[in-house]
Amino acid sequence: MLEVRHLSKVFFEQNDPQKPGLIALYDISLSVRRNEFVCLLGPSGCGKTTLIRIIAGLLPADRGEVLVNGNPVTSPGRDRCMVFQQFGLLPWRTVLGNVEFGLEIEGMGREERRDISRQYLELVGLKGFEDYYPHQISGGMQQRVGIARALSKKPDILLMDEPFGAVDAQTREQLQEELLKIWAKTDTTVIFVTHSIDESIYLSDRVVIMHSRPGRIKEEVAVELPRPRWEGDVKADPRFAQLRARVRESLRE
Amino acid sequence: MALNALEQQALVEINPSQAKPFRLTDYLRLVRAASVVLFVVLWEYFGRQVNPLFLSYPSAIVKACVQLLIAGEFQRQAIGSLGIYAVGLGAALVLGILLGLLMGRYRLAEYLLDPYVYALDATPRVALIPLLLLWFGLGAPAKIAVVFLSGIFPVLMNTFSGVRTVSGGLVDVGRAYGAGEGKIFTKIIMPAALPFIMAGVRLGVGRALIGIITAEMFTAVTGMGALLIRYSSAMATDKFFVPVIFLALLGVILSGAVEALQRRLAPWKETERAL
Repeated sequence: MLEVRHLSKVFFEQNDPQKPGLIALYDISLSVRRNEFVCLLGPSGCGKTTLIRIIAGLLPADRGEVLVNGNPVTSPGRDRCMVFQQFGLLPWRTVLGNVEFGLEIEGMGREERRDISRQYLELVGLKGFEDYYPHQISGGMQQRVGIARALSKKPDILLMDEPFGAVDAQTREQLQEELLKIWAKTDTTVIFVTHSIDESIYLSDRVVIMHSRPGRIKEEVAVELPRPRWEGDVKADPRFAQLRARVRESLRE
Repeated sequence: MALNALEQQALVEINPSQAKPFRLTDYLRLVRAASVVLFVVLWEYFGRQVNPLFLSYPSAIVKACVQLLIAGEFQRQAIGSLGIYAVGLGAALVLGILLGLLMGRYRLAEYLLDPYVYALDATPRVALIPLLLLWFGLGAPAKIAVVFLSGIFPVLMNTFSGVRTVSGGLVDVGRAYGAGEGKIFTKIIMPAALPFIMAGVRLGVGRALIGIITAEMFTAVTGMGALLIRYSSAMATDKFFVPVIFLALLGVILSGAVEALQRRLAPWKETERAL
């Protein structure tokens, strides 16, 4: 479904375009199955955001390629939708208007896109908030809008760049659980960037651990905890603790 | 927001005292109105003690105003000034916004144009008036040029910095959802920069008003500026105040209108500020 082959990316100094400043990604290869939930985990500066931006088609790579369903990625496409760290909502649009944005860009008619947007707002639990502006609702609710906007285009791959990094801890847990429920309903593939070990284990089928300087994949850890994970206390499962210890060890090396 | 049952109960218990001590800050609008009334009354009283050559007083100005209106002279000149103002300002707004958008979005446009923009903006416009009169004569075209040059830069500069401060994040959102360059402009950059653009328009409206009066005072042939020169040379101080007050009111009204428009077009900014 998603194939990343020998991807490398170098950033140059802002004030000296000739001078290489950072090797953000070095020879990254990764393969993701349909309907898989993969977390990219690593410290700041390990290139995980760069990687997801290249997959999104927002950034060109210097070497290597990204294939989605066998087709090389050169620009953003409707098969991949992105959920942003700072939510990326347009402050001049209402909640409904923000969800509609993606469908509007592709030229869908007003009535149709409103209907679809309302459905997805209901899916993320925001029915009744259609006419609010982003600044009138909480951060957690704003990110639900971001998720509804991404899902409304029915992407094959949902790209999430530290989506819950900017909300408080309680909201974060709640959103994680809701994301898993939505994912179970919609059968999309998810690539999820995070720097939280617990979050990566709780959510994913596989944790891809990245290291910095140069940004590369250190190790992949399969998470074989039973699903659904929102029932009972998965985080109290001894297997969860083992995984956490293992991932932490791998990050530390 | 209505209080819930628990809050109702708490309210009874707290029993906040209803009677608040008198505070002037609770009646701010009234204070403002009283200030204006007091000013007019004092002006009327002391104005009458002064030689009318130097200072007139409100009732005399009202009388002069009625005279001028009956004679029709004032309306004629005002309409002439406003027409020129509208044309010059319209051109300044259109071109200012357009160039500001281009320079803000494209580095190439910025580096091509910014030497002229900064140089012209830094030049006091009044210094250019003699040259413009030489080129365009004493008629309308020279005045339109002055109004245009006075109004364009605040609009251009604000649009430019507005576009520049549109976070790259929002442009990325547009691109990630498949927007091409055209839709990035219309659906991301323009709405995001709108509060800045409107702030520029508000400044431009004021500067252009200064521009038209300055130009008319230079040529001293027609318009509000010409009336100012004419009445002051004739030492008709009461009449002199009529265009002055008219211009003050016009400035306030225009600026208020732009602000109202801004609230309509960009309501999110307004409520954000309130938080």
